[in-house]
Amino acid sequence: MNVLAEVQGKSLVERARQAAAVAGQFADDVDREGRFPHEAVAAMKEARLLGIQVPVHLGGEGASIADIAEISSIISQECASSSMIFAMHHIKLSSEVEHGIGDAWHEGFMRRVADEQLLIASSTTEAGIGGNLRNSICGIEVEGDICRLTKEATVISYGEQADAILITSRAHPDAAMTDQVMTVFLKGQYTLEKTHDWDTMGMRGTRSEGFLFKGEAPKEQILPQPFAEIAAESMLAVCHILWSGVWYGIAVNAVARAQDFVRKAAKANPGSMPPGALRLAEVSSKLQLIKSNVIAGLQKYDEAKANPASLTSMGFLVAMNNIKLASSQGVLDVINHCMLIAGIAAYKNNTPYSLSRHLRDAHSAQIMISNDRILSNTSNLLLAHKQNTSLLG
Amino acid sequence: MKEQIRDLLSKHGTLPVAVSDIADDADLYAAGLSSFASVQLMLGLEEAFDIEFPDHLLNRKSFSSIQAIEDTLKVILEEEAA
Repeated sequence: MNVLAEVQGKSLVERARQAAAVAGQFADDVDREGRFPHEAVAAMKEARLLGIQVPVHLGGEGASIADIAEISSIISQECASSSMIFAMHHIKLSSEVEHGIGDAWHEGFMRRVADEQLLIASSTTEAGIGGNLRNSICGIEVEGDICRLTKEATVISYGEQADAILITSRAHPDAAMTDQVMTVFLKGQYTLEKTHDWDTMGMRGTRSEGFLFKGEAPKEQILPQPFAEIAAESMLAVCHILWSGVWYGIAVNAVARAQDFVRKAAKANPGSMPPGALRLAEVSSKLQLIKSNVIAGLQKYDEAKANPASLTSMGFLVAMNNIKLASSQGVLDVINHCMLIAGIAAYKNNTPYSLSRHLRDAHSAQIMISNDRILSNTSNLLLAHKQNTSLLG
Repeated sequence: MKEQIRDLLSKHGTLPVAVSDIADDADLYAAGLSSFASVQLMLGLEEAFDIEFPDHLLNRKSFSSIQAIEDTLKVILEEEAA
């Protein structure tokens, strides 16, 4: 209890920095070996960061999505894989916090997440759905008090390390593909048989392997609200915002490294402006655009939450899609620019200015929910939604 | 009005079930209405009723059932008449 009091006496940002420092220490090893960042996740648990989103009355700290985006960005500045795991955990937890309150089992689960610092993984992707998470092929079977599910889950990030998995399926085996539910399965209630490995360009620590999932659990672990509503009312927005927080963190650290390079050059040649200085000024403006974009997303989400109908409005969906597009493209633009500033020192591994890991990690941004899919979704919405022409509205 | 909505739904809804089998208050998303189809349906409604959907009615709820679509259309027709 004293440990808890000590941890909670510190601000969220202080606790995030504590975990980020550990993540940074092992980031290169995690990347090189393509292994789970267990030290960083242990540090997150020690700093009690996995349960902060849980409401206070259920043993958490009621942290906002803005708080969590800030922490994602802080950890990402040291290790993007660790930060992405933190963000994905909180995206799943947001589905519980937004849609599980008032339900005895789900409230109990949230308590456990806060008390025991459980790590939650997600399984939405399935073989044969073409990457559209709003479709499922597998259907959950309910028999008496028990539900059973088998899913060809082609990607479950940190599936092996998680303490629970939130998994989508059809509401029953004969339901339409879009008639989905999401169910919590706790470790011990499922088996995972590995089908796809995770040897990737970047984000190597998320261990997003594919599995044949087989689970059996009490049926109250199925979230009562249809997944269509969970996705529309909270999950997609939280996802785009928290991912953007992760990508912003990668960009911030790339710019910090480029700035260190320019300042070192300035000190080596007093009185003259280093060659990269102008480019640094340029990239600082690009970074600010990403930051403004994420902040605008957070504000829009807060406003929409106060008025639930607008959470599913086309205008809000267009805005959230745009935030994901802009930050996922912007981070690559920033890193490329920083590469020009630090040149070979950025291109090489094992220099203080190296951007290899940053660049490879950031390339995941455009394909985590493919930007082409998001563009085609927005183009459809724009057949209906007319843009808001006011600057502040 | 419901008959016209049903006609447009069968034309644009690309549902896996027959529109005649769907009750007025049944959840169209659960019946398989995709976001692409809901926009196509909205364009069809705009054309058929010579109206324009205002942004505040472009949300999931407006297209959630045949009854909800009719209610939404009535609101729009009233707003446009006013």
